[in-house]
Amino acid sequence: MVGEGILKGMAETARNFFGSYVSKDRLTTVQYPEQRDAQIEAARSFPFLVYDGADWHDGMRCVACQICEKECPPKCIFIEKSKDKKPDANGKPQFYPATFNIDISVCMSCQICVEVCPFDAIMMDVDTDLSTDDRFGGLLLDKQRLSKSNEYFNAIHPTEAAAVDARLAVERARQEAKAKAAAEAKAAADAKLTAATPAQPASGEPR
Amino acid sequence: MNLEAIKSEVEANVPGCRLEMVANPSPSDQHSLRSDAEHAVAVAIVLRDAANLRFDFCSNVTGIDWPSREVSEKVKVKKLVDGVEQEADEIRKTVVPGCLEVVYHLFSVEKKHGPLVLRMRTQDRDAGVHLPSLTPVWRSAELQEREVFDLFGVVFDGHPDLRRLLMWPGFVDHPMRRDYVDPDDYEYEPTAHDEVLRRAQQHRGDAGGKQLSEAEGG
Amino acid sequence: MSTAIVPTAHFDLEPMSEPGKEQLLELAMGPQHPSTHGVFRMNVVLYGEQVVRLKPVFGYLHRNHEKIAESETYLGSMPYTDRLDYMCSITNNWAYALAVEKLAGIEVPERAEYLRVITGELTRLQNHACLIGFLMQDMGSSGTPLMYAFREREKILDLFESLTGARMMCNYMRFGGCRADLPAGWLDQARKVVADFPRFLDEYEQLLVSNEILMDRTQEVGVLSRELAVSAGISGPMARASGVDYDIRKVDHYSIYDRFTFRVPLGSHGDVYDRFMVRLLEMRESVSILEQAMRDIPAGPIVDPRMKVRGFRPKPGEAYGRIESPKGELGFYLVSDGSPNPYRYRVRPPSLINLTVLEDLCVGRNVGDIVAILGSIDIVLGEVDR
Repeated sequence: MVGEGILKGMAETARNFFGSYVSKDRLTTVQYPEQRDAQIEAARSFPFLVYDGADWHDGMRCVACQICEKECPPKCIFIEKSKDKKPDANGKPQFYPATFNIDISVCMSCQICVEVCPFDAIMMDVDTDLSTDDRFGGLLLDKQRLSKSNEYFNAIHPTEAAAVDARLAVERARQEAKAKAAAEAKAAADAKLTAATPAQPASGEPR
Repeated sequence: MNLEAIKSEVEANVPGCRLEMVANPSPSDQHSLRSDAEHAVAVAIVLRDAANLRFDFCSNVTGIDWPSREVSEKVKVKKLVDGVEQEADEIRKTVVPGCLEVVYHLFSVEKKHGPLVLRMRTQDRDAGVHLPSLTPVWRSAELQEREVFDLFGVVFDGHPDLRRLLMWPGFVDHPMRRDYVDPDDYEYEPTAHDEVLRRAQQHRGDAGGKQLSEAEGG
Repeated sequence: MSTAIVPTAHFDLEPMSEPGKEQLLELAMGPQHPSTHGVFRMNVVLYGEQVVRLKPVFGYLHRNHEKIAESETYLGSMPYTDRLDYMCSITNNWAYALAVEKLAGIEVPERAEYLRVITGELTRLQNHACLIGFLMQDMGSSGTPLMYAFREREKILDLFESLTGARMMCNYMRFGGCRADLPAGWLDQARKVVADFPRFLDEYEQLLVSNEILMDRTQEVGVLSRELAVSAGISGPMARASGVDYDIRKVDHYSIYDRFTFRVPLGSHGDVYDRFMVRLLEMRESVSILEQAMRDIPAGPIVDPRMKVRGFRPKPGEAYGRIESPKGELGFYLVSDGSPNPYRYRVRPPSLINLTVLEDLCVGRNVGDIVAILGSIDIVLGEVDR
């Protein structure tokens, strides 16, 4: 029969059309922005700087090693190292970035900066509601706008954050054990030194 | 697929051709045959039609720019020092002339072997950039040789339609050459800062240029 | 600046209309055109409805990818390869990683190979489904097959997002393996998607294959002969539809494709209908490969443990690595001079080379056939112009 193929095709279209009333599989429209798809954990939008604790500046993990700046393919990261040092989470004095800018209109979300960072300081955000009406400065994120807390990191990427926290905790424990061992050794050395030196007699008799 | 055997077969069938084996030091084990420009078409026809070779599929045509470079080497010379002949070290600088190179990767659909890498070099990078086109042998070279002409400047004699492919017709200069200088009058960043912004401001004569704040590196 | 030598014949500037045939109409199709698959322009000379000459004009999406790669490190070029054939970013990454691994002699562990095959075949599925959808859309089906294909594509893109972090620009391959391992539950989700796919293919076939309008518009249209296909370097489903039995997965034995049993569909007419059917059948074969790969994937490392992310300097030399991408033979030619940046980086774009024969296929046919033929060639401008 002429047109049989077209009729078969129309039967298929009808099946999809009426099926969309009964089966969720066939009605895949999500009424954005009232309805949103579930956030996928591994998603990445643009980088952000992680800070531990309450203060974004004191707790920043970034030590301005500039490795991410060198490895960034479109060169959208701009870092200026500080002249002084501030103590990091382990108490060790480290440099910090005086300026840390990311131009997110250039950034292509490739995640290479996250891969190469040795300090787990830069991670990928999932936020995509970033539109602004400031054409030039609005998409150049500075240090403060980039800094987000470790709690936020745990909220958006639970598995990855848990792994990073575990790794940092192990590192911190190792540093503390080393510091404790060094302090104990120093105390033992001091004690030996005081034992070796004869104590001054209180009465002032000549020795 | 023995490159030596292929070389001798082609040399037997194309009298007067000068083929050279170019070793490839990387682990990829893909060594090449360099042909002279004069006999290249005949060599290509033998590679395509010989019964045991049948390289009928030209997969890739690439251009490479080798600019001229200065090579300095220490040479021992006999010099007269205070009337006594002595041997001394002298640094001799030679200029290795540059050229453009075209590389063809050939495969065989019939025999399912490959790749055979065929190369040709131009005489220099200025006036002597003519090479024979292999488009009459393999049609797939048509657009790719146009691209090599466009981006490197190699002129293929015998190409049916040699004009620019990716750049627009009025464009001058060949962008993929190593000494290509970008024009300074384009801003390739929407939020220009640092060097790009300074160049753009310079070109615009600072009319309407945006002043950089200290945080942006101004 | 060197002295550039311009040849004397300027084919764009010559008048395309011949004296005596003043009824010729010279038309520019594109670069802004809904059916040219991107910013692609064709200067068409028509005698009424019939095509007399067709000259494609390239370069509207030329982004200088090869020159940028000369100033980036080898790893830094990986995100740029995503954007070549932007519909199939994972196979682009794979071809580049393969070329670098050939250049430096890097080995890939088992599990990484399985991950590459799984993600690569998922890419092939979504590319072919969308290509058929776009072909139908260009021929006037107002989006119905396209939206059905996109429904399946969304499921595959969700899989990519949970594995790599991004739906399209995946940046997934590294030299010596893959970047990320499967998260919990990914394999079950993927198995469900692959198990549902044959039902979608059955529905798709019922919708399209015996549709009389489709058959009228595509059968015996744009016939590509076997000899011309081989000579013009045509590869991929377009060549196989003309009867060229050449699938790089079977010829080069790259990766672990030898372990999977799959067939290679071949066409006999070489027309638009054959190219469409070959892609439909290839999707079924990809489903079979996926089922086998997801059944057999072993545990283990996903990247060669000796590879460092930074400071990669391959020894001087060159290599040409190619894979069977959904569009055809995607190859990368790399010349290294021992520095961290490649000396010459060349992409062998299947879309551009498959367009060599566009004029041969379109001359003598009507304007409406141009759109069908161009759609069946399967081009993505990111790859054509790089």
